[in-house]
Amino acid sequence: MLEKLIEIVAEQLHVEEADVKPETDFKTDLRADSLDLFELVMALEEEYDVEIPTEDLEKLTTVQAVLEYLKQKGIEEA
Amino acid sequence: MRETAICELLGIRYPVIQGGMAWVAEHNLAAAVSNAGGLGIIAAANAPYEYVRDEIRKTRELTDRPFGVNIMLLSPHAEDIARVVAEEKVPVVTTGAGNPGVYMKQWKEAGIKVIPVVASVALAKLMQRAGADAVVAEGCESGGHIGESTTMTLVPQVVDAVSIPVIAAGGIADGRGFAAARMLGAQAVQVGTRFVASKECVVHPNYKQQILRAKDIDSVVTGRSGGHPVRALRNKMSREYLRKEQAGCAFEELESLTIGALRKAVVDGDVDYGTLMAGQIAGMIQEEKSCGEIIEEMMSQAEDLLNRTW
Repeated sequence: MLEKLIEIVAEQLHVEEADVKPETDFKTDLRADSLDLFELVMALEEEYDVEIPTEDLEKLTTVQAVLEYLKQKGIEEA
Repeated sequence: MRETAICELLGIRYPVIQGGMAWVAEHNLAAAVSNAGGLGIIAAANAPYEYVRDEIRKTRELTDRPFGVNIMLLSPHAEDIARVVAEEKVPVVTTGAGNPGVYMKQWKEAGIKVIPVVASVALAKLMQRAGADAVVAEGCESGGHIGESTTMTLVPQVVDAVSIPVIAAGGIADGRGFAAARMLGAQAVQVGTRFVASKECVVHPNYKQQILRAKDIDSVVTGRSGGHPVRALRNKMSREYLRKEQAGCAFEELESLTIGALRKAVVDGDVDYGTLMAGQIAGMIQEEKSCGEIIEEMMSQAEDLLNRTW
């Protein structure tokens, strides 16, 4: 799960997978802007076949936060 | 031909929406645009909510037509303002600088039509799903805070991606721009810079004069390094900013140049060190006109162009 997530984040934000850790913050560490984050959310929705309501977007600040959010949504393995 | 579905949705005569320009879009301009048959917009920007409530009430004294409030979502007062527009039952809300998802339910319950300004297809799709009534697809020809894509490229891609009406913004100031936007699939246009140089706009005369004097190449984008690019007319301030930006100066140092600079331009008329926000189309704007003239001329020129057979 974490590996796949890191792969998606790296691809969407155009960074090396090695630079993406669980605690990596999309904005401060990877310099993602709001448009990047919307792209990331769309990619996550597609990969995990889940709908992420717009009011939840601000919770998704780090890789770990995304992981926990997806778990809450019942997604453990993919 | 002039009427599009969005006119019915918003209760306006002409599909022309005024941009929510910080410090510029106050009640006099909003009411003038609405009285001229378009949709006037009050910009909440970073103002406190009491100011916004006051502006809404002043606009209502000047017009009985629909109008809107633009909420800049990065504002520290965004949450309070979101509540005020619902309490005041403002007909339309446009949003900028982010994702208005958390406020959507509150606004829909108040009967407000919600129109987020978007700079990407992904955000347009998310907004449609969150219940937006339309989106403004704003290209980087615009003045103020901008995205990466141009109007020419962004509008048709957003039109293809969503089923709600799309309003084109960025670089539109006359009937040619309006007709082009319609060809790209937009149902309406949002116009900013052209209305800054309107008779009813209360900005300092020096600011208007700079727009009228501007040539095609006179706008620049500052702040790309910090992730919040802003387009404004070139002046001493932008020159200094870009020099420091290129030299890799710290964000705080760059920001110290721009704090209060929009107020300097709008209120004090400081054309050297104020931020004269304006779009690339400023070079085409030659004359101060009333909002009524601007809209009527835009509509008649567009109608003429769109009726032509080739």
